[in-house]
Amino acid sequence: MASVTFDRVSKRFDDVVAVDQLDLAIGDGEFMVLLGPSGCGKTTALRMIAGLEAISDGTLSIGDRVVNDVEPARRDVSMVFQSYALYPHMSVARNIESPLIVRKYHVDGPDGPERKLTKAERRARVDEAARVLDLTPYLDRKPAALSGGQRQRVALARAFVGRPQAFLMDEPLSNLDAKLRAQTRIELVDLHRRVETTVVYVTHDQVEAMTMATRMAVMSMGRLQQVGTPHEVYEAPANLFVAQFVGTPPMNTLAGTVTTAGGGPAVLVGESRFPVPPGLVTRLEEGRPVVVGARPEHLTLADGGPIVAKVRAVEWLGHERLVAATVGDAAIVVRQPGTGPEASGATVGLTVDPAHVHVFDPDTTARLP
Amino acid sequence: MGPVNGRETALAALFLLPSIVVFVVFAYRPFLNIVYWGTFESRRNGSYHESVGLAQYREQLASEDFREGLWHSLQFVLLTVPTGVVFGVLLAVVAHRRLKGIKVFQAIFSSTLASSVAVTSAVFFYLFNPVVGLIPVDWLQDPDRAMAAVAIPSIWQNLGLSFVIVLAGLQAVPDEVIEAATLDGYGPVRRLLRITLPLISPVLLFLLVVLVIFGMQVFAQVDILTGGGPIGATETAVFKINRLNRPDNIGIGAVYSVGLFGVTLLITALQFLILERRVHYAR
Repeated sequence: MASVTFDRVSKRFDDVVAVDQLDLAIGDGEFMVLLGPSGCGKTTALRMIAGLEAISDGTLSIGDRVVNDVEPARRDVSMVFQSYALYPHMSVARNIESPLIVRKYHVDGPDGPERKLTKAERRARVDEAARVLDLTPYLDRKPAALSGGQRQRVALARAFVGRPQAFLMDEPLSNLDAKLRAQTRIELVDLHRRVETTVVYVTHDQVEAMTMATRMAVMSMGRLQQVGTPHEVYEAPANLFVAQFVGTPPMNTLAGTVTTAGGGPAVLVGESRFPVPPGLVTRLEEGRPVVVGARPEHLTLADGGPIVAKVRAVEWLGHERLVAATVGDAAIVVRQPGTGPEASGATVGLTVDPAHVHVFDPDTTARLP
Repeated sequence: MGPVNGRETALAALFLLPSIVVFVVFAYRPFLNIVYWGTFESRRNGSYHESVGLAQYREQLASEDFREGLWHSLQFVLLTVPTGVVFGVLLAVVAHRRLKGIKVFQAIFSSTLASSVAVTSAVFFYLFNPVVGLIPVDWLQDPDRAMAAVAIPSIWQNLGLSFVIVLAGLQAVPDEVIEAATLDGYGPVRRLLRITLPLISPVLLFLLVVLVIFGMQVFAQVDILTGGGPIGATETAVFKINRLNRPDNIGIGAVYSVGLFGVTLLITALQFLILERRVHYAR
């Protein structure tokens, strides 16, 4: 177990900056999810921890040790790849055993000398990993004879068997079907709770981030946008990118102007009026252009509400319905429970709880505190 | 497969017809011709041929001359194939990396594929010239070393083929598997032996089989470099077949040809039998 610390770490491929001065401290035992769209630099950041990509600039530490120039195998981390990267010519048992054969371990306490494991020790560890991941019946099979979910568990067992300082996971669930993915999310969280090892997990799927992370780091265009617990990121997104990337459907964001007329500051979007959050410390001057944001579940259909919307379509999902509408020129989505009478083309009123309104600066895209 | 009706069968036969025709006209029928010719013995310096059935097969396939030819071909195979595979793997491993300009080296390494046996042999003939050659060794005239001297140009020439085939195999190995092995602590040599080579084993088996078949058919190199000499030390099976194929005596060459075919088939079958269990076909 160890912390992983990025200190102004950059990675450049020729003139493309994949990771730009990343500062991120991943705590010991944390389940940190790096979240972002493809090309945001999250996988590159993960591969730098593994040592599969050289670091262009900055300092990367695992525990107290600077690992910039340490060989991948000597960093004491393991990785689960998107394709699982199992050795197809080896049995499941040999696949799991693989990291134990070559590497040396501090078997006799952290201060003892490193040595290779004996055959009996290797066998015991493989058996334990197989038991934890329900792979015991399949130990003699080749990966080709396993289902996708089983292969994924073999990859996890191989990562887990060496008891590394940190698990690195690169979109490990993306090749599973939706049902298995949901189930595996829970198993991964459970596994993390039991082994208490630092996990760095890369995904573009914000549901995985929300459900598994103890903290998440949202990245875009090689830059870190926000770090925080799923709660913090969801409730107080640092900027427009995070606001729209985290949450499905994404947060509604509308360009408007501040008005102080008619009882306290509000944001006018066309003829619709959004209240500003009561805790806002930024002083909003009359006429200042801002972007106002509200999540679909924080909008409520109400006749005569201060926000006027025109319904475009209603998607009924059983337990709820998503009402697609327009406010002025902006498209929004409203999440409502059950069924409702709205018909497309109808004009409806909306209310919003001021506590759940976000105000963003249109130039910096930052959320106004 | 669903049920096959008559119409589908007819359609399948129609699609197969062109290749069946080509194989029958250019492979199966000539082969049967040769098998048939082997049953005729030449009489009176070829003024007529007499059918003797399989007697000529029994006599000629047991002859010292045929066995000597086979042994020389086999020597050539043993000299060229293992070195060809090993050097092909080494070159391909060296050239399989993401470096600027690596394509230039890949082109150079595969270029021997484009040279003909005749040109290669002529070039090495002068390289080995005892007086003006760059490698002035007298191997071509030395009965103990002549076969090695014939093999060296072929090793060089096979490099291009081995390189291209192995490189294609290496490029099909997923990067992530190699990275996983790196993280598991496998060093470059162990990674090559334990991970990469097993993963490209189907390609290596293919290369082995092809090189052995090429080697068993060696002829032009011998003809150009040594003419079968010195004192018959490089007379390979095909060299002897070529010498025996005369209009006045068609039978013995035909028997040798069928014999060589049988031996090559046997060796190929053995390679598959022994090695295929160890070959991993990725799924």
